[in-house]
Amino acid sequence: MNFELTEERQMLQDSLRRYLAGASGDVWAGLADLGVIGALFPEEKGGYGGAGFDLAVVFEELGRADLDVPLIDNALLPGLLMTAAGQDVEPLIAGGQKIAVAHGETAARYDLNWVETRADGDLLTGEKCVVVGGEAADVLIVSARHSGTADVQDGIGLWLVERDAPGLRLQGYEIAQGGRAAEVSLTDTPGTPLMTEGYAAIVQAMAAATLAEMAQTLGAMDVAVAMTQEYLTTRKQFGRPIGSFQALSHRLVDVMVAVEQARSMVILAAAHLEAEEPVRGRHISAAKNLIGRSGRLVAEECIQMHGGIGMTEEYALGRYAKRIVMADHRFGDTDHHLEQFIALGAA
Amino acid sequence: MDLNFTAEDHAFRAEVKAFLAEKLPAALADKVRLNQGLSKEDHDFWHSQLNARGWLATNWPKRFGGAEWGTVQRHIYEEECALAHAPRVVPFGLAMLGPVLQKFGSEAQQAHWLPRILNGQDWWCQGYSEPGAGSDLAALQTRALRDGDHYVVNGQKTWTTLGQHANMIFCLVRTDPDAKKQEGISFLLIDMDTPGIEVRPITLIDGGVEVNEVWFTDVRVPVENLVGAENKGWTYAKYLLTHERTNIAGVGFSRAGLDTVKRIAIRARSGGRPLIENPHFAARVAQVEIDLMAMSTTNLRIVSKAAAGQAPGIESSLLKIKGTQIRQEITDLARRAVGPHAMPFASDGVDGNAPVPDPLDAGAVAASYFNNRKLSIFGGSNEIQREIYAKQMMRDAK
Repeated sequence: MNFELTEERQMLQDSLRRYLAGASGDVWAGLADLGVIGALFPEEKGGYGGAGFDLAVVFEELGRADLDVPLIDNALLPGLLMTAAGQDVEPLIAGGQKIAVAHGETAARYDLNWVETRADGDLLTGEKCVVVGGEAADVLIVSARHSGTADVQDGIGLWLVERDAPGLRLQGYEIAQGGRAAEVSLTDTPGTPLMTEGYAAIVQAMAAATLAEMAQTLGAMDVAVAMTQEYLTTRKQFGRPIGSFQALSHRLVDVMVAVEQARSMVILAAAHLEAEEPVRGRHISAAKNLIGRSGRLVAEECIQMHGGIGMTEEYALGRYAKRIVMADHRFGDTDHHLEQFIALGAA
Repeated sequence: MDLNFTAEDHAFRAEVKAFLAEKLPAALADKVRLNQGLSKEDHDFWHSQLNARGWLATNWPKRFGGAEWGTVQRHIYEEECALAHAPRVVPFGLAMLGPVLQKFGSEAQQAHWLPRILNGQDWWCQGYSEPGAGSDLAALQTRALRDGDHYVVNGQKTWTTLGQHANMIFCLVRTDPDAKKQEGISFLLIDMDTPGIEVRPITLIDGGVEVNEVWFTDVRVPVENLVGAENKGWTYAKYLLTHERTNIAGVGFSRAGLDTVKRIAIRARSGGRPLIENPHFAARVAQVEIDLMAMSTTNLRIVSKAAAGQAPGIESSLLKIKGTQIRQEITDLARRAVGPHAMPFASDGVDGNAPVPDPLDAGAVAASYFNNRKLSIFGGSNEIQREIYAKQMMRDAK
């Protein structure tokens, strides 16, 4: 048994951490130049990674940085759907192309099989919600149903839709964790077919995206805890550091224990990303459930232990806390993954 | 034991409901329900409606223009207002300063300041916390030096809620730096237009501005603005804090919040069915509802004790701790209920931000969740409340 990173991943982690510590300007181009986007995809697709632990390393570092870079939404998730469809992702890896995935719908909540958007031949009509990175994308991958009722896994196809395609409307807005998303409305919008039956590819890509989101959240939790530890040792009230009060120090220990549990779950999920279903799904769901619970504890306790200062936008802790809590609203929340875990049985 | 309200109580509740139905505009109630943030005009409007009815200063004696209600009436009134999504009455003048002036102020101060609170001429804010004096409030450093018939004030206050709207601030200032820390503090009333005062807004993580920093540089304050005796301010501050803790359980707010959660969960779909039918979500709602049933009864036990003339002591700490836990849990349920739609994030909507899509008619639930982290921090953090409770417990054990 060995929990150490390989030498290559250690190097990736080091160089990414160094880069992010001083990153400014066009971070997307910087990450592409550093080869970070390539680390998300396997060699046969033009990358040099793509394994669960590659994703864990990259996104944990990204989560430590006080930046909002939609690497999951504009690179990983669309790239995996493109490769599943046998498409070239080299422009994506080079950083010259951004794609976003418009799959989620209001009625679907977190269910991947629920698609009401209809395909009439290659003309798509429907409403896609909270498409992160949608405005920044040159092209969208849109899921639509060519057959079956809204809730069946068969009959969901994928299309490439240009940003300026007729009948396509985007309404963009800020999102709570930082960055932007959009509501996407399609009315007889022409698309280029990518896959006829896309459900399995969606499940697989979303599993990787969920792992990435969890690793990113773990990175953010590490920073939030370190900031709180620092605050408890430096902030004085009643003539002594507030961390000398057990009412706070014991709670910080509980938070730290929760983060170590979360770290173990990211490792476990990364190790099972390439496993067959239902083993993969069960591990991903177990991890997302635990991280949803521990993330809430970490964010709320770190704010509380800071007091008012933890609630200000100017101080970084609040931004990390928002990223940690809002991660629960991406790729299925605590309850959704509890249900998935139960449904997938004792695999 | 009789857990029922009296016939008079029921009649009073009906009267409050009728008033709210008549006077509270639906658009204003929606703003409150959807956490869209209220403008100064919204607050002023609602205060004027209440004042016209004589219901603005519910806890003041009649001789000062108050309603002089008992604790049970106030409880009913506050609950009905919350359920109707009425704006919360801005407490700084009405619930905090008013009682202090009535108990410790001079007749001249009472005659001058109290009517101006009722008619909205003055908007008060609270100058208590400082960067180095949060939970340890008595460590405050803002100095007031006597210079003839003025005090000269230098220092900084922070977390000044709605200070951006205020024209007056009541401050705790240090008038004797050599005394023990609780003993050299005085209670001063300061006009915000005095030269040397600067208000800097603080943006919170929900994107809104409701707290401020207030800086004082050689601010000259007439000595007649001292409340009570010099160096006795801590006594008045503690008295004020006991008033700050009225309605601290916020049972009405929790009821209203739970109603909102249920309404969202009826609209939201999960697997083609209303989310409210999802067993995991339904269980979460039920747990909080059960906690709230207990809290509501605990609150009434303490209310009726207070009605019988027993001043609530550590019970107010109990109400603060459990009441805020429940309110925060409800804001957590609301953000869960909307699922991915919790992510769109627009501050206020009053800053010229385009409204974000809200298919579940839920309002700014994530912003509300983050904003309400404040409940367990302000007004004496829940840790401080436990400390108060624990100290009393140890004293009682002796």
